[in-house]
Amino acid sequence: MSFFKKLKEKLTTSTQEVSQKFTEGLTKTRDGFASAVNDLVYRFREVDEDFFDELEDLLIQADVGVTTTMDLVEDLKEEVKRRNLKDPVAVRDALVEVVAKRLQEDESDRELNMQDGLTVILFVGVNGVGKTTTIGKLAHQLKSEGRSVMLAAGDTFRAGAIEQLQVWGERVGVPVIRQTEGSDPAAVVFDAVQAAKSRNMDVLICDTAGRLQNKVNLMKELEKVKRVIEREVPNGPHEVLLALDATTGQNAMVQAKAFKEATNVSGIVLTKLDGTAKGGIVLAIRNELDIPVKYVGLGEKIDDLQEFDPEQFVLGLFGDVFEDKNEGALTEKEDTNEDLA
Amino acid sequence: MAFEGLSERLQSTLSKMRGKGKISEADVKEMMREVRLALLEADVNFKVVKQFVNDVKERAVGQDVMKSLTPGQQVVKIVHEELSNLMGSDVVPISFSQKPPTVVMMVGLQGAGKTTTTGKLANLIRKKHNRSPLLVAADIYRPAAIKQLETLGKQLDLPVFSLGDQVKPEEIVTKALEYAKTNHHDFVLIDTAGRLHIDETLMGELENVKTIAKPNEIFLVVDSMTGQDAVNVADSFNEKLGITGVVLTKLDGDTRGGAALSIKAVTGAPIKFVGLGEKLDALEPFHPERMASRILGMGDVLSLIEKAETQMDQDAAKELESKIRDASFTFDDFIEQLAQVKNMGPIDELLSMLPGAGKMKGLKNVQIDEKQLDHVEAIIRSMTKHERANPEVLNASRRKRIAKGSGRSIQEVNRLIKQFDDMKKMMKQMSGQMKGKKKGLGLPFF
Repeated sequence: MSFFKKLKEKLTTSTQEVSQKFTEGLTKTRDGFASAVNDLVYRFREVDEDFFDELEDLLIQADVGVTTTMDLVEDLKEEVKRRNLKDPVAVRDALVEVVAKRLQEDESDRELNMQDGLTVILFVGVNGVGKTTTIGKLAHQLKSEGRSVMLAAGDTFRAGAIEQLQVWGERVGVPVIRQTEGSDPAAVVFDAVQAAKSRNMDVLICDTAGRLQNKVNLMKELEKVKRVIEREVPNGPHEVLLALDATTGQNAMVQAKAFKEATNVSGIVLTKLDGTAKGGIVLAIRNELDIPVKYVGLGEKIDDLQEFDPEQFVLGLFGDVFEDKNEGALTEKEDTNEDLA
Repeated sequence: MAFEGLSERLQSTLSKMRGKGKISEADVKEMMREVRLALLEADVNFKVVKQFVNDVKERAVGQDVMKSLTPGQQVVKIVHEELSNLMGSDVVPISFSQKPPTVVMMVGLQGAGKTTTTGKLANLIRKKHNRSPLLVAADIYRPAAIKQLETLGKQLDLPVFSLGDQVKPEEIVTKALEYAKTNHHDFVLIDTAGRLHIDETLMGELENVKTIAKPNEIFLVVDSMTGQDAVNVADSFNEKLGITGVVLTKLDGDTRGGAALSIKAVTGAPIKFVGLGEKLDALEPFHPERMASRILGMGDVLSLIEKAETQMDQDAAKELESKIRDASFTFDDFIEQLAQVKNMGPIDELLSMLPGAGKMKGLKNVQIDEKQLDHVEAIIRSMTKHERANPEVLNASRRKRIAKGSGRSIQEVNRLIKQFDDMKKMMKQMSGQMKGKKKGLGLPFF
């Protein structure tokens, strides 16, 4: 059975599982990318160098990055050679397969590393990626799973950041530990850990100020915050989540590297994926760094945070490729494949 | 690996064509591939890259190689010139209204830095143009966005107009304009909520605000780290609102900022300002040729020099220069220099502006500890006045006392004195070379 068929089967048997929101949020992403792939596929009658050149452009346009794009296209060329694929439609299937394989490498650690006692989650990232908003959404999600959640207002730098988290705390209905603007973030986090312990909280989520990864002093400050958690909670922080803006270009890789070095990032939250940004950065991150993507942010509402599911992601990304309008072409292709066999 | 400058990228291609007098078409083709990759890695939109590479190719083929340049340098020069041209040939100032108030609308995606930029811009307008700005809090959606602007207003001692988050932005803006007129504010900055360019409802709201406010400028605030999608964002905002300028934020990061080129190419709107830090004075006019250097990974010497110039007291610099000339430089001068260098901002930031600093072996991963400077200062401050002016009197017992007084080890004290001596020797040599030249940079430690 072809890869495409397997995927399609999965899609039809588990339609309910494919959350409506995820699909909706990704519509723009998918429309852009998938229709471009389709365009590409139908414009070319056979697979030649030009085809691969165009494909390269397509991936680069999705912010996949030059290096990863070259790798992917190389893999694809080999796959095409190995399977002796002749027409673009078959190559498209191979493309889906190659992409899915990259995304599915780390099936194991998509979920949060939740503890029996207190779980401490630290959020890090550059300015304006949506850390505070994501924390609000995650708190809501964890709370609705029946856990007690507490927030630490560790962004003591940006004007209004503490109030912003406070508003989220009220919305979600969870306590927020805060000090005044300009106080030491490590001290806030220390207080919060003590409070979470004494109130027997299940989860403590710590906000931090956005910082550009090339500011040595600020990165050191972050290391200190992490050290405080390490000292006060056994094996903590249990998750260090890097918030990445999906619209970010190649600098996202530099960000991921720098934050990983400073705080040993355990997962990525890809925010603002409900725009037209293609989210190709996920591929590059998977390819070059060993950090799994755990969540995607798909809007501003309280429940617009979804667990990252690579399979759904690929389905969402290439959804249209499998829709009815291409059915004919695909069946045809399979026939020819059988003929060839 | 990923972020080599264009010059380095071209090296391998160039080694093949050394000694050629003309750049052939084949050479150009190969080099253009490298140009293309360099621009793509810098996040310039791929369509813009294509167009750009075609233009450069036409210009490069058949060019005589200038005597002073290698073919590679020639190509880099052409690319650099074309890039600068594309991004606008000059700094475009803010356009003020004939009849006050001048109204500026700030728009953009979430998290681009609109509110911070609004504060910075108001500060700049007050300082440089002597206006009386009013900040308008029209972001009623993001929690505490109004509070953020109010805090900035307090820090800057500037008035903020807000009606809370239950009133529609259209109404806020109407009332704000009335308020500005009665209170004689001649510059009104409207901070709008971040929104997706594909959000029809919210984009419609912006159109309404535009109709009401009749702004002189609509600034699109864009994160300089934005990738390929920058063209879509800029295009949509421009189509709906007709933006008049762009503010590029977070350029104090290490992104190449290719988005600048993409945005300019799709909208034609000039990039007017760049945000360079979290402090409220970290907003500067945009310089196309510097941005071109940055995108190509060529460093930003001009900004560095300018930074030095604004921070260094010119008279002090002259005096220092004469001291260097007759080698009468003392520890007192040293400490003064130290203070000035520190004024310029974090040292690693300064280093990052130097071309090739990232490539220099010693500097590659150097993390300059600002604390070290404090230690140096402590050691010097533990010297007597006499010792500072006459370092040669520093014998072992004096050194011991200084070490104790500053809380550093004797080794550190010794090292500093040794470095100081070496520096003086170097200055003597330099002043020998400098004879006849009138101007020095005034930065002996770089």
